[in-house]
Amino acid sequence: MLLVYCPHCDVERAETEFSCRGQAHIARPSDPSQTSDEDWVNYLYVRANTKGVYAERWRHIHGCGRFFNAVRDTVSDKFLKFYKAGESMPDLEALAKEAGK
Amino acid sequence: MSETLANDLITPDADAAPLLSQPDVSMLKAAPITRLSLRARETTLKDAGSAFGVELPVQPMTCEIGEKRAALWMGPDEWTLLAPADDLKSTFDSIEGKLEAHPHALVDISERSEAIIVSGEKAVWLLNTGIFIDFSLEAFPVGTITRTIFHKSPVMVWRTGTDTFVVEAWVSFMDYVSGLLVQSARELEAA
Ligand SMILES: [Zn+2]
Repeated sequence: MLLVYCPHCDVERAETEFSCRGQAHIARPSDPSQTSDEDWVNYLYVRANTKGVYAERWRHIHGCGRFFNAVRDTVSDKFLKFYKAGESMPDLEALAKEAGK
Repeated sequence: MSETLANDLITPDADAAPLLSQPDVSMLKAAPITRLSLRARETTLKDAGSAFGVELPVQPMTCEIGEKRAALWMGPDEWTLLAPADDLKSTFDSIEGKLEAHPHALVDISERSEAIIVSGEKAVWLLNTGIFIDFSLEAFPVGTITRTIFHKSPVMVWRTGTDTFVVEAWVSFMDYVSGLLVQSARELEAA
């Protein structure tokens, strides 16, 4: 079981309290009706699915209920950073280097 | 139980038989109470607190207690407000009146959940049969409030005393939660 840190509750809890909602920092097109079908498909479905260091959205669904982001190494399953939604994406390459990848 | 927080507010239901009474842990159904869910922005917290009678806590997983009032931190913009069952309308109206001009959501959720009072020196042991949380006093001091998962049911756990916890679950999940707790407690008798 993974241990996940919630930056809102400031506490580390078991994975069962959380749900992972895929790649983080994907902006919704600001004007959906002016967006081409291809771009809309990209927004809805296409994800990087990186093997390695990846920024994801998580939700503390059975805790405070809030969304936040986490950087996880998808190979080792180790979390490298947790931060609140709205904060900018950390430098993934630097985090990977720090973790010795 | 005289030393617990909010004991003028969370009281055993006098009409209900104890769910569990063992020498080292007991479980009592709590009497009905007013529960309000408040979602509000930081700028309105002062007003909401003064209308409710107790300040709203901003420190994660804490509570503020007043006379027959308790405000529980649920999330960075979400609180559960507790008051006696008879005070529902007056409490609701006074908060609603004060926040009228501001974006907020105040909802009566009194009957959504039920509470049980789990107490005794084995209370922590018993809760840990279904909850993966460190309940040591350093990690989870008296007054700590959190939502979490008990086996497969969402619950709210509030430590109101060293050996006393209030456990809330949605009404339709409470038989599952209290039933599993009673079953697990039999292990203590067998030991
Ligand atoms: Zn949280």
